[in-house]
Amino acid sequence: MALIDLANPTRFLSLSGRVLPWLAAATALCFAFGFWLTAGAPDDYQQGATVKIMFIHVPSAWLAMLGWTVMTIAALGTLVWRHPLADMAGKAAAPIGAAFTLICLITGSLWGRPMWGTYWVWDARLTSVFVLFLMYLGVIVLWRTIDDPTRAGRAAAILTLVGAINIPIIKFSVDWWNTLHQPASVVKMSGPAIHSSILVPLLVMAIAFTLLFFTLHLAAMRNEILKRRIRSMQLLQAEAAPGR
Amino acid sequence: MDLGPHATFIIAAYAASAFILALLIGWIVAENRALKRTLADFESRGITRRSDERKSAPKTATRASLA
Repeated sequence: MALIDLANPTRFLSLSGRVLPWLAAATALCFAFGFWLTAGAPDDYQQGATVKIMFIHVPSAWLAMLGWTVMTIAALGTLVWRHPLADMAGKAAAPIGAAFTLICLITGSLWGRPMWGTYWVWDARLTSVFVLFLMYLGVIVLWRTIDDPTRAGRAAAILTLVGAINIPIIKFSVDWWNTLHQPASVVKMSGPAIHSSILVPLLVMAIAFTLLFFTLHLAAMRNEILKRRIRSMQLLQAEAAPGR
Repeated sequence: MDLGPHATFIIAAYAASAFILALLIGWIVAENRALKRTLADFESRGITRRSDERKSAPKTATRASLA
């Protein structure tokens, strides 16, 4: 089957229906392994056991940015190629990305209190992630405001593309500005600055979070296809109603 | 497992994450069930999409059957 065949929602439903249980099982297994590694990971010599918050904070931060990246690719699909599933993919990713961004903000805040002495500071990294959360909410609201899915999809796609500028700002905010947040310690040119005893559980948890993201995204896209089908049936019913 | 003096913050972080993810998963699953019910309801009343009508024209109900 060619990749373009997936553009057909019926084929997408059929294929995703077969893939979804396996993806969910792989996610559960990966989380089980990740939690087992997390429980056995040593304390940090400076941060003590609070380093365990990193195993959920860092993957959720990566997923917060990945969510918007997926939406940006979907927005290009909507505006440039008018791919049938593109705006559904964008719409489905928004609440999932928002959830991961919220987890990132809450866990970061709970990590900051014992380590920095404060839950929140308006530094560049924290503020740019908070802006990302607001942008997710903006896209969700925009989708709910416009009735016609095609018009809503285009408006949301434009907002998504404009908001994509925030992704490199989040990534490089710790390098460009003087922030309380620590600089990158995993994804950096000179290689990870974390010992393998902590890095391995972190990467396994990151894989588990990523699998969860794509499992939920696939499931939410399937819901979106069903919603469009119901909408077309409702329109058909309204057209056939007596008196029209 | 000893979580040290900051155990409350660690447990709160994991609990908040689990709660948010449980809400998200629950919402997607519940929405899927509700949509499938609605779709089945439409189909039981003979309402199908135009593309479905074209695919199996002799079998499915048409808009005329709704009137």
